[in-house]
Amino acid sequence: MSKINFLKPDRANLNTFLYLGSFLFLISFLDVFFNSFFNLNLTGFLPNFLSFVLPLVLGFIGLYFIRIEYSGIKRLDLLNKHINTNNFNAVLSLLIIFVIIKSIPPILSWFVVDASFAGDSKDVCTGTGACWTYIKVWMRRFMYGMYPNAEQWRINLSFISLVLLGSVGYFATDKFKKYLTLYYVVIYPFIAFLFIFFFISGGPVFFDFSYGIIAAILSIIIGFFIPGRFKFYYFLIVPLALYIILKYFLFFEEYIELGKLDGLNWVETGAWGGLSLTFIISFFCLIFCFPIGMAFALGRRSGFPLIRYISVGFIEFWRGVPLITVLFMSAVMFPMFLPEDFFIDKLVRAIIAISLFEAAYVAEVIRGGLQALPRGQYEAAKSLGMGYWKMHIFVILPQALKLVIPGIANTFLALVKDTPLIFVVGLLEIVGMLNLAKTNPEWLGFAMEGYVFAAIIFWIICYAMSKYSYNLEQKYKTDR
Amino acid sequence: MSLKLKDIVPQLITVIAVVLIFGFFTYNAQINMENRGIDFGYGFLSQESSFDVQFSLIEYDGSHSYFRAYLVGLLNTILVSVIGIIIATILGVIVGVARLSPNYLINKFAAFYVEFFRNIPLLLQIFFWYFAALRALPLPQDAEAIFGVFFLTIKGLYVPAFIWQNFSIFFYSLVAAVIAIIVIRIHAKKVQENQGKQIPVFFISLGLIFILPLLSFLIGGVKLSFEVPVLKQLATTSFIYEGGVSLPPELIALTLSLSLYTATFIAECVRAGIQGVGKGQKEAAASIGLTPNQVLKLVIMPQALRIIIPPTTNQYLNLTKNSSLAAAIAYPDLVLVFAGTALMQTGKAIEIVSITMFTYLTLSISISILMNWYNKRIAIQEK
Repeated sequence: MSKINFLKPDRANLNTFLYLGSFLFLISFLDVFFNSFFNLNLTGFLPNFLSFVLPLVLGFIGLYFIRIEYSGIKRLDLLNKHINTNNFNAVLSLLIIFVIIKSIPPILSWFVVDASFAGDSKDVCTGTGACWTYIKVWMRRFMYGMYPNAEQWRINLSFISLVLLGSVGYFATDKFKKYLTLYYVVIYPFIAFLFIFFFISGGPVFFDFSYGIIAAILSIIIGFFIPGRFKFYYFLIVPLALYIILKYFLFFEEYIELGKLDGLNWVETGAWGGLSLTFIISFFCLIFCFPIGMAFALGRRSGFPLIRYISVGFIEFWRGVPLITVLFMSAVMFPMFLPEDFFIDKLVRAIIAISLFEAAYVAEVIRGGLQALPRGQYEAAKSLGMGYWKMHIFVILPQALKLVIPGIANTFLALVKDTPLIFVVGLLEIVGMLNLAKTNPEWLGFAMEGYVFAAIIFWIICYAMSKYSYNLEQKYKTDR
Repeated sequence: MSLKLKDIVPQLITVIAVVLIFGFFTYNAQINMENRGIDFGYGFLSQESSFDVQFSLIEYDGSHSYFRAYLVGLLNTILVSVIGIIIATILGVIVGVARLSPNYLINKFAAFYVEFFRNIPLLLQIFFWYFAALRALPLPQDAEAIFGVFFLTIKGLYVPAFIWQNFSIFFYSLVAAVIAIIVIRIHAKKVQENQGKQIPVFFISLGLIFILPLLSFLIGGVKLSFEVPVLKQLATTSFIYEGGVSLPPELIALTLSLSLYTATFIAECVRAGIQGVGKGQKEAAASIGLTPNQVLKLVIMPQALRIIIPPTTNQYLNLTKNSSLAAAIAYPDLVLVFAGTALMQTGKAIEIVSITMFTYLTLSISISILMNWYNKRIAIQEK
C-alpha cells in the first residue's frame, strides 16, 4: 500500500478512502437523523455551536474522501456524478439532505401522527397536530358553499353527467370522430349551460326553455338525415322554426308539465359557492374567453386599420389592469352602465369580466402562434383561391393553435388560479368559504388546516392540467 | 384612391358597433346618475378625505385631501412592487440556475419549489402567510431579538432605523462613486479595443463604491447611528415597540407571497434563456481560451439575457398588477385605499374606478416601455 495523502483522495487507496468517507458521512447522517426523529442530541456534550456544525463538517469531509474519479464502483461513480461533483455541490447536497431529514418529523406529526380525524366538534382537536375534523365538518360548505344540503345531489348529478358527457371523445368511433370538434365546441358547452342553468339553479325558468330543448334535440335527430349540402341552412333555420312551432302552435302551457318538476327549488347564485363554483366559473370562462380571444387575435392581425386599432386597444387595456379592478368595475361601475330595470346576476357579471380579461391574454398567445407560422402557409392558401375565412379556418388556425397549446394551457391555468378573486363581487368559492369558516366563533384558530386543504386541492387541479397540456403538446407536435 | 366597398364595410360595421355599445353605456350612465342625484366630476379629489390609513410612506391623516389618499395608496403599491420585484428576481435567478445544476438534489429541490408555488393560487398564498403563518408569530413581549436588533412579532417586523447626520454628503459621495465607475468602464472598454489590455474593472468598481462613502464618514463628517426598537408597555397586557421602523405584517405577507410566487415564473424564464443558448457557443468560447467566468460573462449571459428579458418583463408587470390583491388582507394599497375606502365614502364609482384603472395602465405601460428600451439596447445589432 502506498503512502496515503489525505488531502488528495485517489484510486490507489480506494478502499481506505471509501470506508473512511462512508463512515464519516454515516456518522453525520445518523447524528442529524437521531436528532430530528428521536430528539436525541448525540453531540450534546459539545458547545452549542460546535454540535450544530459538526455533522456538516463531518459529512463534508466524508464526501470529500469518497470523491474519487473513475473508481470503478458503479454506484459510487453515480453518486459522485450526481450530488458530489465538487466541494460547493457537496455542501449544498448535505444541506438539502439535512433540511429534508429535519423537516420530515414536524411535517409528518402535524399532518398525520398528532392530527385528529375523528369526532365532529372542536373538542377533539386538543393535540398539537392538524385538526382535520374541522375540514370534515365543514366539507359540504367548502364543496358547495351555501347551497342547501338537501339539494346538493343536483350539483353532484350535474357534474357527474357532465364528466360522463365530456369523456365521450374517448369512446367515439372513427365514424363520429369528425363531429367531435363540433360537439366539444358547440354542443357540449350548450348542454353544460342547460345543466347548470336549469338543474343547479332550478326553478320556474325551466319551463319556458323546455321548448327550446325539445326543439334542439328534435332538430339534431332530424339533422342526421339531411344531405350534407343543405346542412348549414338546415341548422340555421329549422331549430328556430321548430321552437316557434312548438311554443306557439303545437303545445300550450297546460300540456307540458315537464318544467314543473316538483322539488327543484330555485337556488339563487349568491348561495352557490365552494369548489363547485370554482369549477362552474372556470368552465364558462374557459369557453367564452377562447373565441373572444381568437377574434381579437385575428383582429389585431387584420388588414383593416380600424379593426386593428380597436383590437389593440382592447387587448392592451385588459392586459394593463389587474383583474381585481376589473371585478370592482363589474361590481360597482357596470350596473351604472345598464338601463335601470335591467338586472344582470352577479355571477354572470363576474363570468363576463373574467372572460373578457382572460380573452386579452388568449388573444396575445394566439397572435404569437399566428406570427410564428411561415408566410408560405398564407400564400399557399391564397394561391389555392381560399378566402379570408376559409384560409384561417382550414389552414392557418389549426396550425397556429397547435403551436400555442402550452401558452393557452398557461392562460387557462392562470384563469383557474384567478377564480378566488371573485370574493370582490361577493361570491365565495373555496378560498372565500375558508375565510368565512375561519371567522366562525366555534371554529376559531384553524386557518392553517383550511388553507393547506385548499392548497392541496388547487395544486392537484393545476398540476394535472399542466401535465395534461404537456401530453397534448406532445401528441399534436408536428415536425416542420 | 383605391377604396373598395369590400374594405370599408367591415370596418364601418365594427366602428358603428363599438360606438353603439359605448353610446348605450354612456346614455344609461347619464340617466342613472341623474336618477340617483350623482354628478360626474373629479372635483372631489381636493376635498377632505376624513379617513385614516394605517401605513403610509408620506404624512397623511384624515384632514388631507382625497388626492393625497390616492398618492398614499399609489406609493404603497409601488413600494410592494419594487420590493417584490427585487426579491423575486434574486430568488428566481438562483432557482433558475439551480434548475440547471448537474447536482441531482439541487435540481430536484428547485423543480419542487417551482412546481409547488406555481400551482397554488396567489390569493391563497397571501391568505396563508397572513392569516395562518404570520399569526403564529409571538406577541411583542415574547419576541426574541434576531441578531439583537430585529424583532419579528405578530404585529410586524421591527427593524432599527438609520439616523443620519450630513446625509447629503454621503449621498453625493455615492453618486460620485457611481459616476467614477461609469467613466472607468468606458475608459476600460476603449483601452481594450485599442490596445487589447484588460483593466480589472470589477475590483476597481468594488473599491470605489466602498472607499468613497467610507471617506465621507472619516473626513466628511457623516455620522450614522441606529435607533433600536424598544419594548414599551401600553397597558397590563398590551405591548408595542417604539422607535425604529416597523413593517406591518400585511406588507411582509404580501411581499413574501408575491416574490415567492413570481420567482417561480422568473426561474422558468431564466432556465429557458440559459438553455436557449446553443451548446456550440459554450464550446466555441472555451476553445478560444476563455476562462469559465469569461464564457459566462461574455458569451452566455449576453445571449441568454436576450431570451430572458421579454418574458421576465411580463412577470414584473404581473407582479405589479398582482400587488392589487393587497386589498384582500387590508394592506392599504391603491385598490384598498382608493377604490375601496374612498369609493365607499364618495360613491363616485365611475371616476374612482377609472382613475384606478388608468393608474395601473400607466404603471404597466411605463414598465414595459422601460424594459423594451433595455431590450432594444441589448438586442442583436445586425449589420
